[in-house]
Amino acid sequence: MPGRIQSIERAAAILRLLSGRSRRLGVVEMANELGLPKGTVHGILRTLQHVGFVEQDPESGKYRLGAALLHMGSSYLDGNELRTRALNWSDSLASRTHEEVRIGTLHDGRVLIVHHVFRPDDSMQTLDVGSLMPIHATALGKVLLATHPHVAEEVMKRELPSYTDSTITDPKLLRRELERVRERGWASEAGELQRLRSSLAAPIIDRTGRTVGAMGIFGGPERLFAARSPRPELLTHVREHAQAVSRELGAIPW
Amino acid sequence: MCVSTLRRYRASWARYRGKPQPGARRADRLTAWGLPMKERYVAAIDQGTSSSRCLVFDHSGRIVSVAQMEHRQIYPHPGSVEHDPLEIWAAVEEVVGRALADADLHPGDLAAIGIANQRETTIVWDRETGRPVHRALTWQDTRTEGLVNGLGVALGVDADSYTRSRTGLPLATYFSGPKLCWLLDHIPGLRDRAAAGELLFGTMDTWLIWKLTGKHLTDVTNASRTLMMNLETLDWDQEMIDLIGVPRSMLPEIRPSAEVYGEAQGQLGGVQIAAALGDQQAALFGQTCFSPGDVKCTYGTGSFMLLNTGERPVLSSRGLLTTLCCQVGDEQPTYALEGSIAVTGALVRWFRDNLELIGSASEIETLARTVDDSGGCYFVPAFSGLYAPHWRSDARGVITGLTGYITKGHLARAVLEATAWQSREVLDAMVADAGVGLNTLKVDGGMTANNLLMQSLADVLDLKVVRPIVAETVSLGAAYAAGLAVGFWTDREELRSNWHMAAQWVPDMDPRKRERGYRKWHKAVERATGWLDDDDLEE
Repeated sequence: MPGRIQSIERAAAILRLLSGRSRRLGVVEMANELGLPKGTVHGILRTLQHVGFVEQDPESGKYRLGAALLHMGSSYLDGNELRTRALNWSDSLASRTHEEVRIGTLHDGRVLIVHHVFRPDDSMQTLDVGSLMPIHATALGKVLLATHPHVAEEVMKRELPSYTDSTITDPKLLRRELERVRERGWASEAGELQRLRSSLAAPIIDRTGRTVGAMGIFGGPERLFAARSPRPELLTHVREHAQAVSRELGAIPW
Repeated sequence: MCVSTLRRYRASWARYRGKPQPGARRADRLTAWGLPMKERYVAAIDQGTSSSRCLVFDHSGRIVSVAQMEHRQIYPHPGSVEHDPLEIWAAVEEVVGRALADADLHPGDLAAIGIANQRETTIVWDRETGRPVHRALTWQDTRTEGLVNGLGVALGVDADSYTRSRTGLPLATYFSGPKLCWLLDHIPGLRDRAAAGELLFGTMDTWLIWKLTGKHLTDVTNASRTLMMNLETLDWDQEMIDLIGVPRSMLPEIRPSAEVYGEAQGQLGGVQIAAALGDQQAALFGQTCFSPGDVKCTYGTGSFMLLNTGERPVLSSRGLLTTLCCQVGDEQPTYALEGSIAVTGALVRWFRDNLELIGSASEIETLARTVDDSGGCYFVPAFSGLYAPHWRSDARGVITGLTGYITKGHLARAVLEATAWQSREVLDAMVADAGVGLNTLKVDGGMTANNLLMQSLADVLDLKVVRPIVAETVSLGAAYAAGLAVGFWTDREELRSNWHMAAQWVPDMDPRKRERGYRKWHKAVERATGWLDDDDLEE
């Protein structure tokens, strides 16, 4: 077996560092954190910048992950593949919670719906696979933002549109909300996209530990929430089913 | 579609149901019944071609537990596919035990067990010792081809209408009667032992019921796949038995599909065995296709479309099979028309493995969505001839309409549309034979994960296409039939109310475009036929 290549290992460490932070990092900061000489880090960053894997802010001189890398990451798991793998679990989630289920992935700073299971009450419903939902006003979107900090920063650079009185439009509040999502491992939303609608969601994780999508239920706030908190039994179903899909994708069992 | 994915899913299902949260399960029991102590379940044994499974369902028809075990496919000669009946019985015992254990259940928690099974697979065993005299000849086994051709010659030009009018079936290698005859002809001493009443014949349902209860019987749906049951009397047809050359004494008693056959002995001691259905009929039942005009199609490697035609058998003049739909207790039996499509998911797999244009079966949708239509390209996957409604063994596959404009995306579309157009042909034949109007096609099977295919189906069939929330329709059907037989569910209305739509696709295609496409498809089919020449067969 050939030996490992040190500079690639170091480049990977830099990329990992950048992907874990929601803000840009400077050369000195990274060099300190990684315990590497400043010159080495600078050289690697210049090369990564050349291939489009990192971008440097012209004003502050600080770095963040580049668009080329983000694109590679988001196209890693085919949405149709995700639906196929998740099909039985999403059906089970819908039949246990009696709510409609959606699976979403990141797409251009929005949530792309790759799978949709009707609420099992045989009311008139329309399949909306392929449609895009606002990322900051859905539980699916909050899960995806919380696990992709660089995308979150990108999204918060633009104005956050308001859909109802409850939509979180202040980046500071959204950051705090995403921090909570990260801590708890699930997201909720009540009337933030449509007044009488709400959603709960949890991440779908692949074998590399990356969040490749989010699965959640959608329904009236009176059904999904009790005393302003998500109903625990529904939340348990959502989290367990998302974990089951993750296991299906080869994530380490927990 | 992809067996290994399915295997992983089932493995993880078992893990998932096995371990966590007993508390949450208790909550389920409360919500399902309101009375936590009294809840009971129904189990289904799904004895399939590649594996045996056991699923436990609650009163709402939701899956509580799944266990699955594969068995060997034995290929002694080209064209021969056998299963070991004892290995399968051991697997069935194993999965039933595991499914119960995973959900913390005991046999006493089961109101009944229903069986769904691979159809036509043929077993002969010793009445005294219970030992099979040979491995099972499976439905795919084509060793009876010479024998079937011989029967055709003996019957002359009217062979097809002769067997159809009695059994609903044409002469073909799939069916059990000729397989039984082959065993009697080829295993030394077997004919004498059969004549002496020492041997029993059965399809997979019969074998399992015999192992479970010690009784020798079969249900009408399985018996309707033997070429030996009379469609009108629902009893063995003496003329067919004589023609095939089988002693009547070794045939099981034919009973309704849903009825208490007996109590299990052994590990399942005391549980009522209360239903048996061929797997496709079980899927029809699980989809709650209880009324005339209800139609379902299971989309897998191949696809099976069945239409409930009510209490009268409809004989097909378009190459479809007439078969039993089911018989519940002492109710009137209902009949179905069946059309199968040999190559559907198999074409996607071919596209993946032989052309290597995609890495996984699901990616065909991604590739197909890179373009808006097939660019006028049509793909007829007549890999081993064309089946219903054409029945042309001289056909071979073609891709037509190629121009310099066609990309792999267009080919991917043509692959998916091939399944849609083939479905249209079978459905049209059914509608013409049965004289009924349809408005909805119920679908299940692995390919229903493909949204583009489902939309193409709705467009091409000009029907609503709906997918149920419980995809395990085969097992669900067996459970439903057993649960009805013991009064766990009171009537079909209650089962209908358990059926929920998970997704629906509605037609969205200009009728002129649809008809032009269908015309082109017919032209493509014409180009596929007559490809084989006499000297091709010599090689």
